Amino acid sequence: MRRAAVLGTGQTHHRTRRTDVSMAGLCREAIDRALTDSGTTWDQIDAVVLGKAPDLFEGVMMPELFLADAIGAAGKPLLRVHTAGSVGGATALVATSLIRAGVHRRVLAVAFEKQSESNAMWALSIQPPFTAPIGAGAGGYFAPHIRSYIRRFDAPEHVGAMVAVKDRRNGALNPYAHLRQPDISLESVRRSPMLWDPIRYDETCPSSDGACALVIGDQEAADRSDRQVAWIRATAMRTEPTFYSGKDHVNPRAGAEAARALWEAAGITDPLNEVDVAEIYVPFSWFEPMWLENLGFAGPGRGWKLTESGETGIGGRLPVNPSGGVLCSNPIGASGLLRFAEAAMQVMGRAGEHQVEGAATALGHAYGGGSQFFSMWVVGRRP
Amino acid sequence: MTIAFDYTRSLGPVLGRFMAGLRDGRVLGARTSDGRVHVPPLEFDSRTHEPIGDLVEVSPTGTVVTWTWVAHPLEGQPLSRPFAWALIRLDGADTALLHAVDAGSPEQIRTGLRVRVKWADPRRGHIGDIACFEPAGPGDQAGPGAAAGALDGPVPDREPVEIMTTPIRLRYRHTTSPEEDGYLRALAQGRIVGQRCPACRKVYVPPRVCPADGVAPGAVVEVADRGTVTTFCVVNVPFAGQRLDPPYVVAQVLLDGADIPIPHLILTGGDTSGVRMGMRVAAVWRDRIDWSFTPENIAHFEPTGEADAAYETYAEHL
Amino acid sequence: MSDVAIIGFAASDHSITTSGVETLVPVFEDVLAQAGLGRREIGFWCSGSSDYLAGRAFSFVNAVDAIGAVPPIAESHVEMDAAWAFYEAYLKILTGEAETALVYGFGKSTAGELHRVLALQLDPYTVAPLWPDAISVAALQARLALEAGLFTERDMAVVAARDSGADPEELLGHPYLSDPLRAHDVARVKDGAAAVVLAAGERARRSRSRPAWISGIAHRVDPQGLGERDLTAVPSASAAARDAGLDARVDVAALHAPFTHQELLLRAALGISENVRVVRPDGDAMFSAGLSRIGAAAEEIMSGRADRAAAHATSGPALQQNLVCTMGATP
Repeated sequence: MRRAAVLGTGQTHHRTRRTDVSMAGLCREAIDRALTDSGTTWDQIDAVVLGKAPDLFEGVMMPELFLADAIGAAGKPLLRVHTAGSVGGATALVATSLIRAGVHRRVLAVAFEKQSESNAMWALSIQPPFTAPIGAGAGGYFAPHIRSYIRRFDAPEHVGAMVAVKDRRNGALNPYAHLRQPDISLESVRRSPMLWDPIRYDETCPSSDGACALVIGDQEAADRSDRQVAWIRATAMRTEPTFYSGKDHVNPRAGAEAARALWEAAGITDPLNEVDVAEIYVPFSWFEPMWLENLGFAGPGRGWKLTESGETGIGGRLPVNPSGGVLCSNPIGASGLLRFAEAAMQVMGRAGEHQVEGAATALGHAYGGGSQFFSMWVVGRRP
Repeated sequence: MTIAFDYTRSLGPVLGRFMAGLRDGRVLGARTSDGRVHVPPLEFDSRTHEPIGDLVEVSPTGTVVTWTWVAHPLEGQPLSRPFAWALIRLDGADTALLHAVDAGSPEQIRTGLRVRVKWADPRRGHIGDIACFEPAGPGDQAGPGAAAGALDGPVPDREPVEIMTTPIRLRYRHTTSPEEDGYLRALAQGRIVGQRCPACRKVYVPPRVCPADGVAPGAVVEVADRGTVTTFCVVNVPFAGQRLDPPYVVAQVLLDGADIPIPHLILTGGDTSGVRMGMRVAAVWRDRIDWSFTPENIAHFEPTGEADAAYETYAEHL
Repeated sequence: MSDVAIIGFAASDHSITTSGVETLVPVFEDVLAQAGLGRREIGFWCSGSSDYLAGRAFSFVNAVDAIGAVPPIAESHVEMDAAWAFYEAYLKILTGEAETALVYGFGKSTAGELHRVLALQLDPYTVAPLWPDAISVAALQARLALEAGLFTERDMAVVAARDSGADPEELLGHPYLSDPLRAHDVARVKDGAAAVVLAAGERARRSRSRPAWISGIAHRVDPQGLGERDLTAVPSASAAARDAGLDARVDVAALHAPFTHQELLLRAALGISENVRVVRPDGDAMFSAGLSRIGAAAEEIMSGRADRAAAHATSGPALQQNLVCTMGATP
């Protein structure tokens, strides 16, 4: 298969409300940084792939159409991806396909969400009138699955709080992060209100405005780059239904099978030892141990032990979300692409204060819907 | 059903100044590197991709480039009586703006017609500050400064508009599938039905295309209105779109006879702490007089007092 | 570059619920039977649909239920007409990551007030708040073309008459709907779903004696600004046609033109001469209409009625975004 590499990345300063910019301005803040980081000029971009979660969030039907000119897509091929929460990851994978198919040399992948234009909880509560009137909210959908995990593996209650402390402190090292809380502690997390029991306030992701962009290039573009690129060693995506009889919401089959396919394609047999850093989509703290198991970093019931041992902190055996992850910044449509971009930044050695020393192999991961859409990639310092 | 929300659009530097101009009774355009003036403004130069810095005032009078007639205005449009949509090139601009022309009748509108802005009162920094355009009289001069309250000289550096509010209101008619139809009809009789997948033999409640096999459902199966809480959460947080005051419990309930749980409310009379995995619960139906073709016939579930179900009996439904 | 062909096409012109599930189940069965494949033999699934058409967020998620995705599948979705999902699937086969793909699009256009909903595709700051409906926007484009002398209202009526069998002169006697558009100039709002199966070289040959081999596919987008671009030219369509290798040798072209004047603009932009037979299936089933044109063109090849065919899809206001796919009876 043809090689592809991330040539550069860019992201916005993520905030609850970026009232200083329009949607175009938000996207351009990320895109301009990605072009600079990759040393790419506008006329070198052959195509644009834009990812975003539901159009109802911004109240614009297919916003890529009105944005086409501002994001430099006019006159070029433009694709709009939407795969629920995993969309940022899917955006990177579609852009990678454009390179690997041999169609283009350099592709711009951009994802954004401007949540402050409306209210995501409102948009998500719209259901056809024949469904049962159960309002649980986003956390209410996932909290029961977390309870199931805790019950299944007898996980101690403080593990969720530990993830929150780690990620928020990591976020304090990331200048772009929405939440930067260097002084957060286990005690303060446990004191925070229980929103969706067993999920506490400090264990939930914020609602952010933000965007992320990547420039992905082919072998020749990568060879011409005078900076370190992130070689895309493997990609995988898998989907399963939201619900079906016997679905395992704690350890979804789609995630596990995507991970197996990913490791095989990357030639990785022992992920915990061979991966140096992982950016995993963790919107609620407990998803770190759950996804560590789903991804094969730990066996069933051992995810929480890995987290509890502190090995997922920066300097640990497998640093997870050194950027602070989704728990610190959550522009929904861009959250997945941020995971993919942060993985690339790590192997390019351009992660700044949250750089993991010597990172040569990194995982970017995203999921969406009812734990049913999974996309992931492995990037490396070498092809 | 209607979906409606007042979207809050943050505008950024270019659109913010454009809207501030409208608020002040002036129309501003974006000047790009090729010298062209764009109204409405571009935020970024199409050739250089640089952000637009230069806004210049154009005339509130211009020329119709193309038009169409609206005999029956729709909700949200600028005028409630018949009007024309037109692309209008304002004097001093190189591109055309879409807006309504209050022409009276289709005979009064034509390409090439001179029109001028009719300002709204009051104005708030919104595209709607242009109430519409009207046919211009012979006294309407080209050039800036014709607007009510407009100032002479260079564009003053007034406070840009930060946010503009845009209400979006749409109506949709939802229809039921045959499976939903049967399910709702049964509910209207106080029964809960599922359907068995002809491939995997699992009973789905509500009945639907089997998500695991992608085939239409088979035999209708009546299931109990009681079952087991497989897992749950306590909702303590208020949020938009919520229909109940927190705290309340949302649980997955595996009805006896079904092979997939349904989400529902468990009410225990205020105290949520008694709810647990494996708890046996039963549906609490609303008064029969209030029943219709809706899942809302079941108000919530409540504990039955039976012994808890063993973990193994529901472990594969988590 | 590996050879890729279309080996099946099925469509439905109705839609039961906005989720599309019940409509898609028989469409999948039909298209898979044509392709001679079981659903577990599909290497990649890709779909196109719209939340605003369905009136709810994440509306495409339920449609996955129609696939029966246990065990899990490789799958993706575009918030576009499924013609662009077809493009994504085609790439997936080119990369070698999949040997077969099933592409589907669906939409229940009649659930909402379609032409008002489409106003939300326009610039959300300076245009959409005025709620210009899609027919009015198209009418502005039609007048520009008429007054530029590119064609006449009679030419537009002839396009409508070709499909309906009506008398163009009689059509011209009808009142304007949105001057200069009359009712016959506007495609019927239609619900629907469509599916196409693609396969790589050998696999395609095994499935069908006469697959429709893809010879080129390309797409482009123009800037949106209605007063910024020349609405009488369709540069994105012309560029896509050039990149897809659309030339005078095609026997038949399936065009996605929601308005009669747009077919005339597209014929000029795509360089489709008078000798080319044009297939313009009735109605505009949003988000599957473009894919249906690809399917219709492929059927012309697979049935032996044509040796070279072209399909076109459009998206966005006033032909903003366009895709062209060319195909032939030989790889």
